[in-house]
Amino acid sequence: MEARCTDCDASVPIPSDALVGEIVSCKECGAEYEVAELRPGAATLKPAEQVEEDWGE
Amino acid sequence: MRLAIAFDRLRWEEKALREEAVSQGLEVSLVDAKELLFDISKKKGDGALPELVLQRCISHYRSLFLTRMLEAHGHRVVNSYGVAEVCGNKLASTIALARAGVPTPRTVVALSPETAERAAEEIGFPVVLKPFTGSWGRLISVATDMSTLRSLVELREELPNPVDHMYYVQEYVRRPPRDIRAIVAGDKIVACVHRYAAEGDWRTNVARGGTSRVFSPEKDLQEIILKAAVAVGGGVLGVDAMESETGGYVVHEVNNTVEFKGAQSAVDWSIAKKIVEYVVDGVKRTS
Repeated sequence: MEARCTDCDASVPIPSDALVGEIVSCKECGAEYEVAELRPGAATLKPAEQVEEDWGE
Repeated sequence: MRLAIAFDRLRWEEKALREEAVSQGLEVSLVDAKELLFDISKKKGDGALPELVLQRCISHYRSLFLTRMLEAHGHRVVNSYGVAEVCGNKLASTIALARAGVPTPRTVVALSPETAERAAEEIGFPVVLKPFTGSWGRLISVATDMSTLRSLVELREELPNPVDHMYYVQEYVRRPPRDIRAIVAGDKIVACVHRYAAEGDWRTNVARGGTSRVFSPEKDLQEIILKAAVAVGGGVLGVDAMESETGGYVVHEVNNTVEFKGAQSAVDWSIAKKIVEYVVDGVKRTS
């Protein structure tokens, strides 16, 4: 399964066991996406949130 | 039993926890905090979320707000709001550790750039400047002398957030090139690893490329780790400690949304399993 990178139009591979909310990244430009929706054989991506000052563990 | 795992960025840990909870027979839902709405003028939620929620948001403030609302609507959240509030604020966690008698690096807080210099003089150089909130070693700097400190303060004063204009100044603990990460669930140390800094970095955070090696903590260290966990309110925690070359073990941080991918790579038992068992046992104990 794969989607297109909206930045560079390269292919973004989606693992077969991906879950909604999971982060995937473009192998070409590194842009990060969040899996927004999964349907059989297809996934919708949205841009992932960028690191904020309060992120952490 | 139903369990929601609240997240805002699905990491390896949340997937591991979900998988483990499913294998223990729980009905598990992964809930994206970014998609939720709460009517906080009501005493109860709409029933969409189960009573038990494991809080795993990566954003401290989102996690804090969500936990506050969930608790207000009667949910049981691990970790609780009180624990998240203390762990997410270095000022509050240092106070909690010190009050409980847990050895922690000497820390002086200055509420202005002028007093930041006095704080550093009081402690003695080198000193470590840390942001009050944040993790992964981000924005932590060492000031070896007054000139460096002034430069760091000058830079911080340019930042827009007023919290950055107050200063958490800590002694620089001389230690071996490693620190200690203990993952605690309730009154048990689930895993304990040494974390080694990546080449060219003094910070040992796994997020900075640090690597982990398992070890068995001696009794003294076990006591300090568990005391630190109790000091912040208990729950599922990552207690970070150092071996001071002059004064034994010191705890410098307790994390309330502990990442354990690094520690998991060093141990041959499932950390997620121990965490889920603790969460389930907690419900059984109080039901």
